[in-house]
Amino acid sequence: MAYAIQGAIQQAAAAGLQNAGEFAAPKRLNHLKTLEAESIYILREAVAEFARPVMLYSIGKDSSVMLRLAQKAFFPAKFPFPLLHVDTSYKFPEMIAFRDSYTREIGADLIVHKNQEALDQGANPFALGTQKCCGLLKTKSLLDALTEGGFDAAFGGARRDEEKSRAKERIYSFRDSLGQWDPKNQRPELWNIFNSRLNKGESIRVFPLSNWTELDIWLYIHMENIPIVPLYFAREREVVLRGASIVPIYSQSDLLPGEKSQRISCRMRSLGCMPCTGAIRSEADTLPKIIRELLGFKRSERENRVIDHDEEGSMELKKREGYF
Amino acid sequence: MSLHAANEQKDGFSTLLDHHLHKDMLRFTTAGSVDDGKSTLIGRLLHDSKSVYEDQLASVSKSRVNRSSGPIDFSLLTDGLRAEREQGITIDVAYRYFETPRRKFIIADTPGHEQYTRNMATGASTADLAVILIDATRGVLAQTRRHAYISSLLGIRNIVAAINKMDLLGYREDVFRRLYDDFLALAGQLNLENVVGIPISALEGGNLVNATDRMLWYQGPTLLEHLETVPVRSEVMQEAMRFPVQYVVRPDADFRGFAGRVASGTIRPGDAVMALPSQQKSRVRSIVTYDETAAEAFSPMSVTLTLEDEIDLSRGDMLVTPENPPTVASRLEAMVVWFDAEPLVPGRTYLIKHSVRTSRAKATAIDYRVNMNTLEQEPAYELKMNDIAAVQFEVAKPLFFDPYERNRTTGSFILIDPLSNATLGAAIIRAALPEAAGLDTDWNTPVAAEEKYRRHGHAPALVLVEGRPLVAQYLERALFAQGFEVALVSGEEVSAGRLGELLALSQSAGLVLIYSTNAISSAEKQALSGGAALRTIDLASMDLPADDEAAVSPAIAALQSLRIVAGPADAGEVN
Ligand SMILES: Nc1nc2c(ncn2[C@@H]2O[C@H](COP(=O)(O)OP(=O)(O)OP(=O)(O)O)[C@@H](O)[C@H]2O)c(=O)[nH]1
Ligand SMILES: [Mg+2]
Repeated sequence: MAYAIQGAIQQAAAAGLQNAGEFAAPKRLNHLKTLEAESIYILREAVAEFARPVMLYSIGKDSSVMLRLAQKAFFPAKFPFPLLHVDTSYKFPEMIAFRDSYTREIGADLIVHKNQEALDQGANPFALGTQKCCGLLKTKSLLDALTEGGFDAAFGGARRDEEKSRAKERIYSFRDSLGQWDPKNQRPELWNIFNSRLNKGESIRVFPLSNWTELDIWLYIHMENIPIVPLYFAREREVVLRGASIVPIYSQSDLLPGEKSQRISCRMRSLGCMPCTGAIRSEADTLPKIIRELLGFKRSERENRVIDHDEEGSMELKKREGYF
Repeated sequence: MSLHAANEQKDGFSTLLDHHLHKDMLRFTTAGSVDDGKSTLIGRLLHDSKSVYEDQLASVSKSRVNRSSGPIDFSLLTDGLRAEREQGITIDVAYRYFETPRRKFIIADTPGHEQYTRNMATGASTADLAVILIDATRGVLAQTRRHAYISSLLGIRNIVAAINKMDLLGYREDVFRRLYDDFLALAGQLNLENVVGIPISALEGGNLVNATDRMLWYQGPTLLEHLETVPVRSEVMQEAMRFPVQYVVRPDADFRGFAGRVASGTIRPGDAVMALPSQQKSRVRSIVTYDETAAEAFSPMSVTLTLEDEIDLSRGDMLVTPENPPTVASRLEAMVVWFDAEPLVPGRTYLIKHSVRTSRAKATAIDYRVNMNTLEQEPAYELKMNDIAAVQFEVAKPLFFDPYERNRTTGSFILIDPLSNATLGAAIIRAALPEAAGLDTDWNTPVAAEEKYRRHGHAPALVLVEGRPLVAQYLERALFAQGFEVALVSGEEVSAGRLGELLALSQSAGLVLIYSTNAISSAEKQALSGGAALRTIDLASMDLPADDEAAVSPAIAALQSLRIVAGPADAGEVN
């Protein structure tokens, strides 16, 4: 056989026996460290192979975890890609404040992108319906930003346990030159080997948190002391009850005719746009309380997100069009 | 709150935390033929173990689709794509996450339809256990065998044979016994270990989470009891250190770190390491992570290493323990599961991604293909979609690998189409093959023509084409596309006197030579008969209908017999 070291191969068989003793006490990583190691591997792999990766930063809990993993993956260097926030202009003020102060603190390179044209024409979920509004302010805006930046890979903080079409998605999710997902024709993805090869205009959404659950995210935030938007913690807030939703109110002008606000102890389980994300009644004002509360939940985290329920399979439809 | 109460709450929480951090994790996959009840089983298992949120269940019960005979079609909990609900089959893997007080689980619910075998392989590639379903009314089918074969190839160490739809056959013990015996016979052929048979009804939930009084004759565990208690062994069987370098971290001139994930073994500062392919040696200086400078790193940790010396090391290289290095070879045999509609053809070059390194590899021969009905080895000229076969490869740059059963990371690769970039297949490395050329090249022996034929995967031949230049061109294109080493020579380019020389040259090079001319002269005839031992095909004798692409197919078919099919005996001479 080729190579001088082949001689050592024969010895390896013998060494296998010696090593058997060492095998007795297999070391184990704890559950969160195992997930962390996998995510870091994915982040590094993508950065090594793509020409221009970007991280989609939505300011939520999952983005916060993903950001910390990026810091870990490239330590002691800074993570070598910018963050992209697709701002619909309907985000909670606390989210924007958090985004600006936290990204400054860690020295991240932040790109904020808005579909100004649609906003100028008055795009909002009440007039357009949530499907169309998301289409313009999120999907179109995201696709434009990716094209403008020339990004061939975008990290997203989506998890498979969030929703039934996400449960079907690969860690490397291939998008054609229009940014579309074809769920019937995904690339096979075996082991931890990722195919990053693209033709011009095509791109990949990379999901390093694919295998994390909502519980894992919270436990990790707790273990790692990761800063998150204060809206996740319960306190008395001025809200209005709108249908089944509890909607935080920032000024009396947020009220629709005939509505009255009230003070309720509540928090956000998942963060989106103000008009489409409801709060939940809660007293959980610390991470341990949030985690205990989570263990007792009987309903899913996306239930308070209007967009997922417009119609059966609406998340899948949006994803096919390029939503992340 | 009193101090005491505060402490109690804190302690209660740290117990909870500890419990979650150290709980065992089992990854399992479903497998089996289409409609055997895999998705129904998973939906029902999640439901009966109280792992489905109310709103998700409500959305399933509201769905327009229900193919089950019960009030809720549980398969809809995992069949989350529109096309899946419309067609009533699973198309791609669904990953579901749930836990019981004893274990955490990641489920891959995979499709049974043959067309989507690639997605089944995707889901199974990371599983510790496979639940292979058998529809009691249909028994063990070819697709059951294919999935069992893939499970065995992928090294899944625990198998559950779930004999499903027992409700349709009166929950009879003899039905279960007979089918379980059939499966055990199959498992024996495939060397599947740790097989447990459980009679179930996915529809009614019998023996999934709760035992059922319809099958009192069955004394074994329910599916969930088994999943909660079956020993999980680490997938890394090897203790020899392997560290594929993913990325070089270089924040400033003073720091050069090698980021990667430990594929196997343990690394400590001071350890001797060897870099591949350079074979340069050094020692580990430090193990750097964001959290700490670690005292050791082991699989599957992601860390960054610094070394004592400046050695040649970059992405795609590997650090290994010098005492127990991997095999380094450029010729190897691997078991391939082929996913693409375009066949794998010997002679073609593909991209392969092995661990974190991408290189070019030529498929040089198909040793055998596995017949999914008989599980016997049979010769094959090409691999069609879903074929499983032993294939020889020649890699442009030597690969450093371990056999798959010792190391999943260094023992596997994927095949990628260099033009479309599609993922074409998955390969499990079995062993190195004797080098055709390498550092221990036998410089004193001339390269025999047969060695070239072997590398090309076919013997040489001469094809005569008279008065049909277009057919000659189509033929060259078609042969080239099929991986033949081919050359087209036109009569105008070569004088008859030099024809013999040309023929001898192309024969020793192992080419299929297409000689295209207006009309063959007697001088040409004489020169061409010089290659008596050479396989000669005269297109004139074939009566081709027209000058179009289809016309060349009889010639292509005739030339398939040139292919060298290496028998299993050939693969045996490995190492
Ligand atoms: N009577 C009976 N029917 C069942 C049982 N399990 C599943 N079925 C039915 O069998 C059909 C196929 O079930 P699925 O769960 O979709 O089968 P599958 O194996 O996931 O199919 P693919 O994923 O497409 O390969 C459905 O109509 C189910 O309701 C069972 O235990 N008893
Ligand atoms: Mg199914």
